[in-house]
Amino acid sequence: MSVSRFWRKIPQRYNLIGTQCTTCGRYFYPPRSLCPDCRRSGKIVDHKFNGEGTVVTYTVVRSASDQFENTTPYVLAIVELDEGPRLTSQIACLPEEAKIGMRVHSVFRRIAADGESGVIHYGTKFVPTE
Amino acid sequence: MRDVAVIGVGCTEFGEHWGTSFRDLFVKAGALALEDAGVTGENLDALYVGNMSAGRFVEQEHIGALIADYAGLATNHVPSTRVEAACASGGLAFRQAVIAVASGMEDIVVAAGVEKMTDVGTGASVDMLASAADREWEGFAGATFPGLYAMIATDYMHRYPLTREQLAQVAVKNHENGARNPIAQFQNRITIDTVLNSSLVADPLRLFDCSPITDGAAAVVVVPLERAREFTDSPVRVLASAQASDTIALHDRRDISTLDASVAAGKRAFSQAGLTHKDIDMLEVHDCFTIAEICAIEDLGFCKKGEAGRLTEEGVTALGGKIPVNTSGGLKACGHPVGATGIKQIYEIVNQLRGDAGARQVDAEIGMAHNVGGTGATVVVHILGV
Ligand SMILES: [Zn+2]
Repeated sequence: MSVSRFWRKIPQRYNLIGTQCTTCGRYFYPPRSLCPDCRRSGKIVDHKFNGEGTVVTYTVVRSASDQFENTTPYVLAIVELDEGPRLTSQIACLPEEAKIGMRVHSVFRRIAADGESGVIHYGTKFVPTE
Repeated sequence: MRDVAVIGVGCTEFGEHWGTSFRDLFVKAGALALEDAGVTGENLDALYVGNMSAGRFVEQEHIGALIADYAGLATNHVPSTRVEAACASGGLAFRQAVIAVASGMEDIVVAAGVEKMTDVGTGASVDMLASAADREWEGFAGATFPGLYAMIATDYMHRYPLTREQLAQVAVKNHENGARNPIAQFQNRITIDTVLNSSLVADPLRLFDCSPITDGAAAVVVVPLERAREFTDSPVRVLASAQASDTIALHDRRDISTLDASVAAGKRAFSQAGLTHKDIDMLEVHDCFTIAEICAIEDLGFCKKGEAGRLTEEGVTALGGKIPVNTSGGLKACGHPVGATGIKQIYEIVNQLRGDAGARQVDAEIGMAHNVGGTGATVVVHILGV
Protein backbone atom coordinates (compact mmCIF):
# COMPACT_ATOMS: atom_id res chain seq x y z
CA MET A 1 0.00 0.00 0.00
CA SER A 2 1.31 3.48 -0.86
CA VAL A 3 2.50 5.64 2.05
CA SER A 4 0.00 8.43 1.35
CA ARG A 5 -2.91 6.01 1.06
CA PHE A 6 -2.03 4.61 4.47
CA TRP A 7 -1.12 7.92 6.12
CA ARG A 8 -4.41 9.55 5.08
CA LYS A 9 -6.38 7.18 7.31
CA ILE A 10 -3.98 6.99 10.29
CA PRO A 11 -6.33 8.67 12.84
CA GLN A 12 -9.19 6.39 11.81
CA ARG A 13 -7.08 3.21 11.77
CA TYR A 14 -5.10 3.90 14.96
CA ASN A 15 -7.92 5.20 17.14
CA LEU A 16 -11.02 3.50 15.74
CA ILE A 17 -12.44 6.84 14.69
CA GLY A 18 -15.39 6.57 12.36
CA THR A 19 -18.32 8.85 11.67
CA GLN A 20 -21.90 9.39 12.74
CA CYS A 21 -24.85 10.86 10.87
CA THR A 22 -26.39 13.20 13.45
CA THR A 23 -29.54 13.49 11.31
CA CYS A 24 -30.54 9.85 11.83
CA GLY A 25 -28.04 8.78 14.50
CA ARG A 26 -26.44 5.95 12.49
CA TYR A 27 -22.75 5.18 13.12
CA PHE A 28 -20.20 4.30 10.42
CA TYR A 29 -16.96 2.37 10.71
CA PRO A 30 -15.20 2.25 8.31
CA PRO A 31 -16.00 6.00 8.14
CA ARG A 32 -18.43 7.27 5.50
CA SER A 33 -18.78 10.88 4.39
CA LEU A 34 -22.30 10.29 3.02
CA CYS A 35 -25.11 8.65 5.01
CA PRO A 36 -26.80 6.00 2.79
CA ASP A 37 -30.14 6.67 4.56
CA CYS A 38 -30.16 10.49 4.63
CA ARG A 39 -27.83 11.12 1.67
CA ARG A 40 -27.31 14.88 1.17
CA SER A 41 -29.50 15.87 4.13
CA GLY A 42 -27.37 13.85 6.56
CA LYS A 43 -24.90 15.77 8.75
CA ILE A 44 -21.71 13.73 9.27
CA VAL A 45 -19.40 14.18 12.29
CA ASP A 46 -16.41 12.16 13.57
CA HIS A 47 -17.06 9.56 16.24
CA LYS A 48 -14.59 7.59 18.36
CA PHE A 49 -15.85 4.07 19.01
CA ASN A 50 -15.39 2.50 22.42
CA GLY A 51 -13.83 -0.60 20.83
CA GLU A 52 -16.13 -3.21 22.34
CA GLY A 53 -17.74 -5.69 19.99
CA THR A 54 -18.86 -9.22 19.12
CA VAL A 55 -17.55 -11.68 16.50
CA VAL A 56 -20.19 -12.17 13.77
CA THR A 57 -18.20 -14.65 11.68
CA TYR A 58 -14.54 -15.61 11.26
CA THR A 59 -11.99 -17.73 9.43
CA VAL A 60 -8.38 -18.78 9.91
CA VAL A 61 -6.32 -17.49 6.99
CA ARG A 62 -3.61 -20.04 6.20
CA SER A 63 -2.54 -18.84 2.77
CA ALA A 64 -2.08 -15.08 2.44
CA SER A 65 -0.69 -12.42 0.13
CA ASP A 66 3.04 -11.62 0.31
CA GLN A 67 2.42 -8.77 2.83
CA PHE A 68 0.85 -11.14 5.34
CA GLU A 69 2.58 -14.41 4.45
CA ASN A 70 4.92 -14.47 7.48
CA THR A 71 2.01 -13.95 9.92
CA THR A 72 -0.10 -16.98 8.86
CA PRO A 73 -2.12 -18.62 10.26
CA TYR A 74 -4.17 -15.71 11.62
CA VAL A 75 -7.79 -15.32 12.71
CA LEU A 76 -9.79 -12.93 10.53
CA ALA A 77 -13.27 -11.88 11.59
CA ILE A 78 -16.20 -9.59 11.01
CA VAL A 79 -16.76 -7.75 14.29
CA GLU A 80 -19.96 -5.91 15.17
CA LEU A 81 -19.16 -2.89 17.33
CA ASP A 82 -21.56 -2.24 20.21
CA GLU A 83 -22.59 1.01 18.47
CA GLY A 84 -23.80 -1.02 15.46
CA PRO A 85 -21.37 -0.92 12.55
CA ARG A 86 -19.39 -3.96 11.41
CA LEU A 87 -15.78 -4.12 10.29
CA THR A 88 -13.25 -6.69 9.14
CA SER A 89 -10.31 -7.20 11.48
CA GLN A 90 -7.85 -9.75 12.78
CA ILE A 91 -8.45 -11.27 16.21
CA ALA A 92 -5.25 -11.78 18.20
CA CYS A 93 -6.11 -15.25 19.54
CA LEU A 94 -5.35 -18.89 18.79
CA PRO A 95 -7.27 -20.37 15.81
CA GLU A 96 -9.09 -22.82 18.09
CA GLU A 97 -10.21 -20.01 20.43
CA ALA A 98 -12.21 -18.16 17.76
CA LYS A 99 -15.99 -18.48 18.11
CA ILE A 100 -19.10 -16.80 16.73
CA GLY A 101 -20.58 -14.57 19.44
CA MET A 102 -17.22 -14.11 21.20
CA ARG A 103 -16.86 -10.72 22.97
CA VAL A 104 -13.78 -8.78 21.85
CA HIS A 105 -12.21 -5.34 22.28
CA SER A 106 -9.87 -3.31 20.12
CA VAL A 107 -6.11 -3.00 20.58
CA PHE A 108 -3.37 -1.17 18.63
CA ARG A 109 -1.14 -3.62 16.75
CA ARG A 110 1.22 -4.04 13.83
CA ILE A 111 -0.85 -5.22 10.84
CA ALA A 112 1.55 -5.87 7.97
CA ALA A 113 4.85 -4.93 6.36
CA ASP A 114 5.67 -4.00 2.75
CA GLY A 115 8.69 -6.28 2.43
CA GLU A 116 11.84 -6.22 4.59
CA SER A 117 12.63 -2.51 4.34
CA GLY A 118 9.18 -1.22 3.47
CA VAL A 119 6.57 0.63 5.48
CA ILE A 120 5.19 -1.17 8.55
CA HIS A 121 1.45 -0.67 8.84
CA TYR A 122 -0.19 -0.38 12.24
CA GLY A 123 -3.88 -0.37 13.02
CA THR A 124 -6.67 -1.96 15.00
CA LYS A 125 -6.93 -5.61 15.90
CA PHE A 126 -9.23 -7.18 18.47
CA VAL A 127 -8.53 -9.48 21.42
CA PRO A 128 -10.95 -11.67 23.38
CA THR A 129 -12.58 -9.93 26.38
CA GLU A 130 -12.46 -12.18 29.41
CA MET B 1 -36.00 -2.01 -27.53
CA ARG B 2 -35.12 -4.77 -29.98
CA ASP B 3 -34.88 -8.48 -29.17
CA VAL B 4 -31.30 -9.77 -29.21
CA ALA B 5 -29.81 -13.12 -30.23
CA VAL B 6 -26.44 -14.86 -29.92
CA ILE B 7 -25.31 -16.18 -33.31
CA GLY B 8 -21.84 -17.48 -32.55
CA VAL B 9 -19.55 -18.44 -29.67
CA GLY B 10 -15.88 -19.27 -29.17
CA CYS B 11 -13.61 -20.14 -26.27
CA THR B 12 -9.95 -21.03 -25.79
CA GLU B 13 -8.97 -23.99 -23.68
CA PHE B 14 -8.81 -22.83 -20.04
CA GLY B 15 -5.60 -23.56 -18.16
CA GLU B 16 -2.02 -22.45 -17.64
CA HIS B 17 -0.97 -21.15 -21.05
CA TRP B 18 2.70 -20.41 -20.41
CA GLY B 19 3.39 -20.09 -24.13
CA THR B 20 0.43 -17.89 -25.08
CA SER B 21 0.23 -14.13 -24.58
CA PHE B 22 -2.74 -12.07 -23.41
CA ARG B 23 -3.44 -10.80 -26.93
CA ASP B 24 -3.08 -14.24 -28.55
CA LEU B 25 -5.64 -15.70 -26.13
CA PHE B 26 -8.16 -13.06 -27.10
CA VAL B 27 -7.50 -13.34 -30.85
CA LYS B 28 -8.05 -17.10 -30.72
CA ALA B 29 -11.40 -16.84 -28.89
CA GLY B 30 -12.57 -14.00 -31.16
CA ALA B 31 -11.69 -15.90 -34.34
CA LEU B 32 -13.58 -18.99 -33.12
CA ALA B 33 -16.67 -16.90 -32.34
CA LEU B 34 -16.66 -15.07 -35.70
CA GLU B 35 -16.19 -18.34 -37.57
CA ASP B 36 -19.05 -19.91 -35.64
CA ALA B 37 -21.26 -16.88 -36.38
CA GLY B 38 -20.32 -16.75 -40.05
CA VAL B 39 -19.35 -13.08 -39.89
CA THR B 40 -16.07 -11.36 -40.67
CA GLY B 41 -14.26 -8.60 -38.82
CA GLU B 42 -15.34 -5.87 -41.24
CA ASN B 43 -19.01 -6.59 -40.41
CA LEU B 44 -18.52 -5.70 -36.74
CA ASP B 45 -20.04 -2.55 -35.28
CA ALA B 46 -18.45 -2.77 -31.83
CA LEU B 47 -16.47 -4.81 -29.29
CA TYR B 48 -17.05 -5.01 -25.53
CA VAL B 49 -14.26 -6.71 -23.61
CA GLY B 50 -14.49 -7.90 -20.02
CA ASN B 51 -11.17 -7.82 -18.18
CA MET B 52 -10.48 -7.46 -14.48
CA SER B 53 -6.86 -6.51 -14.12
CA ALA B 54 -4.55 -6.68 -17.12
CA GLY B 55 -2.84 -3.65 -15.58
CA ARG B 56 -1.57 -5.75 -12.71
CA PHE B 57 -1.46 -9.23 -14.26
CA VAL B 58 0.41 -8.27 -17.45
CA GLU B 59 1.05 -4.53 -16.87
CA GLN B 60 -1.12 -3.50 -19.80
CA GLU B 61 -4.04 -1.10 -19.75
CA HIS B 62 -6.01 0.28 -22.72
CA ILE B 63 -7.26 -3.23 -23.40
CA GLY B 64 -10.12 -2.22 -25.71
CA ALA B 65 -7.85 -0.69 -28.33
CA LEU B 66 -5.18 -3.37 -27.95
CA ILE B 67 -7.68 -6.09 -28.65
CA ALA B 68 -9.29 -4.31 -31.59
CA ASP B 69 -5.80 -3.82 -33.03
CA TYR B 70 -4.66 -7.44 -32.72
CA ALA B 71 -8.05 -8.68 -33.92
CA GLY B 72 -7.17 -6.82 -37.15
CA LEU B 73 -9.80 -4.13 -36.67
CA ALA B 74 -7.63 -1.05 -36.14
CA THR B 75 -7.84 0.15 -39.74
CA ASN B 76 -11.66 0.00 -39.77
CA HIS B 77 -11.64 1.91 -36.46
CA VAL B 78 -14.22 -0.37 -34.80
CA PRO B 79 -15.20 1.06 -31.38
CA SER B 80 -13.87 -1.17 -28.61
CA THR B 81 -14.67 -0.76 -24.93
CA ARG B 82 -13.19 -2.46 -21.88
CA VAL B 83 -15.68 -3.33 -19.14
CA GLU B 84 -14.59 -4.03 -15.55
CA ALA B 85 -16.48 -5.40 -12.55
CA ALA B 86 -13.86 -7.75 -11.07
CA CYS B 87 -14.94 -11.38 -11.59
CA ALA B 88 -18.22 -10.20 -13.19
CA SER B 89 -16.41 -8.31 -15.98
CA GLY B 90 -17.37 -10.90 -18.60
CA GLY B 91 -21.05 -10.99 -17.72
CA LEU B 92 -21.08 -7.22 -17.70
CA ALA B 93 -19.40 -7.03 -21.13
CA PHE B 94 -22.10 -9.34 -22.50
CA ARG B 95 -24.76 -7.12 -20.94
CA GLN B 96 -23.23 -3.99 -22.52
CA ALA B 97 -23.27 -5.71 -25.93
CA VAL B 98 -26.91 -6.74 -25.44
CA ILE B 99 -27.87 -3.18 -24.42
CA ALA B 100 -26.04 -1.75 -27.46
CA VAL B 101 -27.89 -4.04 -29.86
CA ALA B 102 -31.25 -3.76 -28.09
CA SER B 103 -31.05 0.03 -28.23
CA GLY B 104 -30.64 0.06 -32.00
CA MET B 105 -27.28 1.85 -31.82
CA GLU B 106 -25.25 -1.16 -33.02
CA ASP B 107 -26.09 -4.31 -34.99
CA ILE B 108 -23.27 -6.85 -35.03
CA VAL B 109 -21.37 -6.79 -31.75
CA VAL B 110 -18.75 -9.00 -30.11
CA ALA B 111 -18.79 -9.47 -26.34
CA ALA B 112 -15.60 -11.02 -25.04
CA GLY B 113 -13.69 -11.68 -21.86
CA VAL B 114 -10.01 -12.36 -21.31
CA GLU B 115 -7.61 -12.81 -18.39
CA LYS B 116 -3.98 -13.86 -18.32
CA MET B 117 -3.23 -14.67 -14.68
CA THR B 118 -0.22 -16.99 -14.62
CA ASP B 119 2.43 -14.37 -15.43
CA VAL B 120 2.54 -13.38 -11.72
CA GLY B 121 3.27 -15.55 -8.68
CA THR B 122 0.66 -16.96 -6.32
CA GLY B 123 1.26 -14.38 -3.54
CA ALA B 124 0.86 -11.56 -6.05
CA SER B 125 -2.31 -13.02 -7.52
CA VAL B 126 -3.83 -13.55 -4.04
CA ASP B 127 -3.12 -9.86 -3.39
CA MET B 128 -4.65 -8.83 -6.73
CA LEU B 129 -7.82 -10.83 -6.29
CA ALA B 130 -8.32 -9.10 -2.93
CA SER B 131 -8.83 -5.93 -5.01
CA ALA B 132 -12.24 -7.35 -5.98
CA ALA B 133 -13.30 -6.60 -2.40
CA ASP B 134 -12.66 -3.47 -0.31
CA ARG B 135 -8.93 -2.88 -0.47
CA GLU B 136 -8.83 -0.22 2.27
CA TRP B 137 -11.02 -1.89 4.88
CA GLU B 138 -10.92 -5.62 4.12
CA GLY B 139 -7.62 -6.22 2.33
CA PHE B 140 -5.74 -3.94 4.74
CA ALA B 141 -6.80 -6.11 7.68
CA GLY B 142 -5.47 -9.22 5.96
CA ALA B 143 -8.66 -10.40 4.25
CA THR B 144 -7.83 -12.64 1.30
CA PHE B 145 -10.51 -13.43 -1.24
CA PRO B 146 -10.83 -17.05 -0.03
CA GLY B 147 -10.86 -15.66 3.52
CA LEU B 148 -13.96 -13.57 2.79
CA TYR B 149 -15.86 -16.50 1.25
CA ALA B 150 -14.67 -18.62 4.19
CA MET B 151 -16.37 -16.14 6.54
CA ILE B 152 -19.56 -16.61 4.48
CA ALA B 153 -19.15 -20.39 4.91
CA THR B 154 -18.59 -20.10 8.68
CA ASP B 155 -21.72 -17.97 9.07
CA TYR B 156 -23.74 -20.23 6.76
CA MET B 157 -22.74 -23.47 8.50
CA HIS B 158 -23.49 -21.91 11.89
CA ARG B 159 -27.05 -21.09 10.82
CA TYR B 160 -28.06 -23.85 8.37
CA PRO B 161 -27.64 -27.63 8.29
CA LEU B 162 -24.89 -27.79 5.64
CA THR B 163 -22.37 -30.58 6.17
CA ARG B 164 -18.71 -30.43 5.18
CA GLU B 165 -19.36 -33.44 2.89
CA GLN B 166 -22.25 -31.69 1.10
CA LEU B 167 -20.00 -28.70 0.48
CA ALA B 168 -17.32 -31.01 -0.92
CA GLN B 169 -19.91 -32.61 -3.21
CA VAL B 170 -20.18 -29.30 -5.11
CA ALA B 171 -16.54 -29.69 -6.17
CA VAL B 172 -16.95 -33.41 -6.88
CA LYS B 173 -19.93 -32.71 -9.16
CA ASN B 174 -18.17 -29.88 -10.97
CA HIS B 175 -15.08 -32.01 -11.60
CA GLU B 176 -17.36 -34.75 -12.95
CA ASN B 177 -18.73 -32.19 -15.45
CA GLY B 178 -15.29 -30.78 -16.19
CA ALA B 179 -14.11 -34.29 -17.08
CA ARG B 180 -16.61 -34.15 -19.96
CA ASN B 181 -15.59 -30.69 -21.16
CA PRO B 182 -12.66 -30.52 -23.61
CA ILE B 183 -11.88 -26.86 -22.72
CA ALA B 184 -11.86 -27.43 -18.93
CA GLN B 185 -8.69 -26.78 -16.92
CA PHE B 186 -9.31 -29.89 -14.78
CA GLN B 187 -10.70 -32.90 -16.61
CA ASN B 188 -10.11 -35.32 -13.72
CA ARG B 189 -12.72 -36.81 -11.43
CA ILE B 190 -12.28 -36.39 -7.67
CA THR B 191 -13.94 -37.79 -4.53
CA ILE B 192 -15.22 -36.19 -1.35
CA ASP B 193 -12.00 -37.41 0.31
CA THR B 194 -9.92 -35.52 -2.27
CA VAL B 195 -11.57 -32.33 -1.05
CA LEU B 196 -11.50 -33.16 2.67
CA ASN B 197 -7.83 -34.21 2.54
CA SER B 198 -6.65 -31.13 0.62
CA SER B 199 -4.89 -28.37 2.55
CA LEU B 200 -6.82 -25.71 4.43
CA VAL B 201 -6.73 -22.31 2.68
CA ALA B 202 -9.08 -20.39 4.98
CA ASP B 203 -11.14 -22.47 7.44
CA PRO B 204 -13.45 -24.19 6.61
CA LEU B 205 -12.46 -23.88 2.92
CA ARG B 206 -9.80 -26.20 1.55
CA LEU B 207 -7.82 -26.07 -1.68
CA PHE B 208 -10.44 -28.14 -3.55
CA ASP B 209 -13.20 -25.75 -2.46
CA CYS B 210 -11.46 -23.00 -4.45
CA SER B 211 -11.46 -22.18 -8.15
CA PRO B 212 -7.96 -22.12 -9.67
CA ILE B 213 -5.76 -19.44 -11.26
CA THR B 214 -6.41 -19.66 -15.00
CA ASP B 215 -5.54 -18.16 -18.38
CA GLY B 216 -8.29 -18.03 -20.98
CA ALA B 217 -10.55 -16.04 -23.26
CA ALA B 218 -14.08 -16.40 -24.61
CA ALA B 219 -16.12 -14.44 -27.15
CA VAL B 220 -19.69 -14.39 -28.45
CA VAL B 221 -21.42 -12.50 -31.28
CA VAL B 222 -24.79 -10.82 -30.72
CA VAL B 223 -27.16 -9.28 -33.31
CA PRO B 224 -30.78 -8.11 -33.44
CA LEU B 225 -33.06 -11.18 -33.42
CA GLU B 226 -34.68 -10.00 -36.66
CA ARG B 227 -31.31 -10.34 -38.44
CA ALA B 228 -30.14 -13.57 -36.76
CA ARG B 229 -31.36 -15.86 -39.56
CA GLU B 230 -29.07 -14.08 -42.04
CA PHE B 231 -26.19 -15.75 -40.22
CA THR B 232 -27.37 -18.98 -38.57
CA ASP B 233 -30.18 -21.54 -38.44
CA SER B 234 -29.78 -21.90 -34.67
CA PRO B 235 -29.82 -18.47 -32.98
CA VAL B 236 -30.14 -18.35 -29.20
CA ARG B 237 -32.36 -15.59 -27.84
CA VAL B 238 -31.42 -13.34 -24.94
CA LEU B 239 -34.58 -13.46 -22.82
CA ALA B 240 -33.29 -11.32 -19.94
CA SER B 241 -30.26 -9.24 -18.97
CA ALA B 242 -30.19 -8.04 -15.36
CA GLN B 243 -27.59 -6.53 -13.06
CA ALA B 244 -27.50 -5.47 -9.40
CA SER B 245 -25.03 -3.90 -6.97
CA ASP B 246 -24.45 -4.20 -3.23
CA THR B 247 -21.94 -2.92 -0.68
CA ILE B 248 -18.33 -3.46 -1.73
CA ALA B 249 -17.42 -4.92 1.69
CA LEU B 250 -18.87 -8.15 3.03
CA HIS B 251 -19.10 -6.68 6.56
CA ASP B 252 -21.64 -4.07 5.39
CA ARG B 253 -24.12 -6.60 3.98
CA ARG B 254 -27.61 -7.05 5.42
CA ASP B 255 -26.97 -10.82 5.70
CA ILE B 256 -23.50 -12.39 5.44
CA SER B 257 -24.81 -15.62 3.87
CA THR B 258 -27.16 -14.06 1.31
CA LEU B 259 -25.92 -12.22 -1.76
CA ASP B 260 -28.73 -9.66 -1.96
CA ALA B 261 -27.44 -8.59 -5.39
CA SER B 262 -28.02 -12.17 -6.61
CA VAL B 263 -31.55 -12.03 -5.22
CA ALA B 264 -32.22 -8.66 -6.91
CA ALA B 265 -30.65 -9.53 -10.28
CA GLY B 266 -32.43 -12.91 -10.32
CA LYS B 267 -35.83 -11.33 -9.66
CA ARG B 268 -35.26 -8.69 -12.33
CA ALA B 269 -34.25 -11.35 -14.86
CA PHE B 270 -37.33 -13.52 -14.20
CA SER B 271 -39.54 -10.46 -14.46
CA GLN B 272 -37.99 -9.31 -17.76
CA ALA B 273 -38.31 -12.76 -19.31
CA GLY B 274 -41.79 -13.39 -17.92
CA LEU B 275 -40.58 -16.79 -16.68
CA THR B 276 -40.54 -18.71 -13.39
CA HIS B 277 -38.00 -21.10 -11.88
CA LYS B 278 -39.81 -24.11 -13.37
CA ASP B 279 -38.99 -22.80 -16.86
CA ILE B 280 -35.21 -22.87 -16.33
CA ASP B 281 -33.60 -26.11 -17.54
CA MET B 282 -29.97 -25.46 -16.54
CA LEU B 283 -27.81 -23.00 -14.61
CA GLU B 284 -24.27 -21.74 -14.91
CA VAL B 285 -23.54 -20.10 -11.54
CA HIS B 286 -20.50 -18.36 -10.07
CA ASP B 287 -18.85 -21.08 -7.97
CA CYS B 288 -15.57 -19.27 -7.24
CA PHE B 289 -15.78 -21.31 -4.02
CA THR B 290 -18.03 -24.27 -3.22
CA ILE B 291 -20.02 -22.18 -0.73
CA ALA B 292 -20.71 -19.66 -3.51
CA GLU B 293 -22.57 -22.28 -5.58
CA ILE B 294 -24.69 -23.20 -2.55
CA CYS B 295 -25.58 -19.53 -1.97
CA ALA B 296 -26.25 -18.92 -5.69
CA ILE B 297 -28.79 -21.72 -6.05
CA GLU B 298 -30.67 -20.39 -3.02
CA ASP B 299 -30.34 -16.67 -3.69
CA LEU B 300 -31.65 -17.13 -7.25
CA GLY B 301 -34.68 -18.78 -5.67
CA PHE B 302 -34.30 -22.38 -6.85
CA CYS B 303 -34.74 -23.60 -3.26
CA LYS B 304 -35.09 -22.19 0.24
CA LYS B 305 -32.10 -20.93 2.24
CA GLY B 306 -30.35 -23.91 3.79
CA GLU B 307 -31.53 -26.53 1.27
CA ALA B 308 -28.94 -26.38 -1.54
CA GLY B 309 -26.47 -28.66 0.25
CA ARG B 310 -29.03 -31.45 0.50
CA LEU B 311 -30.09 -30.96 -3.15
CA THR B 312 -26.44 -31.22 -4.21
CA GLU B 313 -25.99 -34.39 -2.15
CA GLU B 314 -29.13 -35.91 -3.72
CA GLY B 315 -27.85 -35.25 -7.27
CA VAL B 316 -30.55 -32.71 -8.16
CA THR B 317 -27.87 -30.35 -9.55
CA ALA B 318 -25.83 -33.06 -11.32
CA LEU B 319 -25.85 -33.62 -15.10
CA GLY B 320 -28.74 -36.07 -14.95
CA GLY B 321 -30.55 -34.16 -12.19
CA LYS B 322 -33.69 -32.05 -12.30
CA ILE B 323 -31.77 -28.77 -12.59
CA PRO B 324 -28.17 -29.31 -13.76
CA VAL B 325 -25.82 -26.64 -12.33
CA ASN B 326 -22.45 -25.80 -13.90
CA THR B 327 -22.46 -28.33 -16.72
CA SER B 328 -19.20 -26.72 -17.95
CA GLY B 329 -17.46 -27.77 -14.73
CA GLY B 330 -18.04 -24.30 -13.33
CA LEU B 331 -15.27 -22.03 -12.15
CA LYS B 332 -13.96 -24.87 -9.99
CA ALA B 333 -13.15 -27.40 -12.73
CA CYS B 334 -13.45 -25.48 -16.01
CA GLY B 335 -11.22 -22.77 -14.53
CA HIS B 336 -11.64 -19.10 -13.66
CA PRO B 337 -9.80 -16.59 -15.85
CA VAL B 338 -11.72 -13.85 -14.06
CA GLY B 339 -12.66 -11.52 -16.92
CA ALA B 340 -13.48 -14.43 -19.26
CA THR B 341 -15.70 -16.42 -16.91
CA GLY B 342 -18.97 -14.54 -17.55
CA ILE B 343 -18.58 -15.01 -21.32
CA LYS B 344 -17.66 -18.68 -20.90
CA GLN B 345 -20.98 -19.14 -19.05
CA ILE B 346 -22.83 -17.77 -22.12
CA TYR B 347 -20.66 -20.00 -24.35
CA GLU B 348 -21.65 -23.06 -22.31
CA ILE B 349 -25.37 -22.27 -22.29
CA VAL B 350 -25.42 -21.60 -26.06
CA ASN B 351 -23.66 -24.92 -26.66
CA GLN B 352 -26.17 -26.74 -24.44
CA LEU B 353 -29.23 -25.08 -26.03
CA ARG B 354 -27.96 -25.82 -29.56
CA GLY B 355 -27.23 -29.45 -28.65
CA ASP B 356 -23.46 -29.01 -29.15
CA ALA B 357 -22.33 -29.97 -25.63
CA GLY B 358 -21.10 -33.49 -26.43
CA ALA B 359 -20.53 -35.79 -23.46
CA ARG B 360 -22.07 -33.30 -21.01
CA GLN B 361 -25.21 -32.56 -23.07
CA VAL B 362 -28.39 -32.01 -21.06
CA ASP B 363 -31.95 -31.62 -22.30
CA ALA B 364 -32.41 -27.85 -22.18
CA GLU B 365 -34.27 -25.09 -23.97
CA ILE B 366 -33.76 -22.30 -21.44
CA GLY B 367 -30.62 -21.60 -19.38
CA MET B 368 -29.56 -19.01 -16.81
CA ALA B 369 -26.10 -17.51 -16.27
CA HIS B 370 -25.10 -15.97 -12.91
CA ASN B 371 -21.83 -14.03 -12.69
CA VAL B 372 -20.57 -12.42 -9.45
CA GLY B 373 -18.05 -9.63 -8.91
CA GLY B 374 -16.16 -9.67 -5.61
CA THR B 375 -18.14 -11.17 -2.75
CA GLY B 376 -21.42 -10.03 -4.33
CA ALA B 377 -21.01 -6.28 -4.89
CA THR B 378 -21.93 -6.85 -8.56
CA VAL B 379 -24.13 -9.64 -9.88
CA VAL B 380 -25.13 -10.12 -13.52
CA VAL B 381 -27.86 -12.60 -14.51
CA HIS B 382 -28.81 -13.57 -18.06
CA ILE B 383 -31.52 -15.91 -19.35
CA LEU B 384 -31.06 -17.45 -22.79
CA GLY B 385 -33.53 -19.60 -24.73
CA VAL B 386 -34.25 -21.32 -28.03
ZN1 LIG C 1 -28.46 9.46 8.28
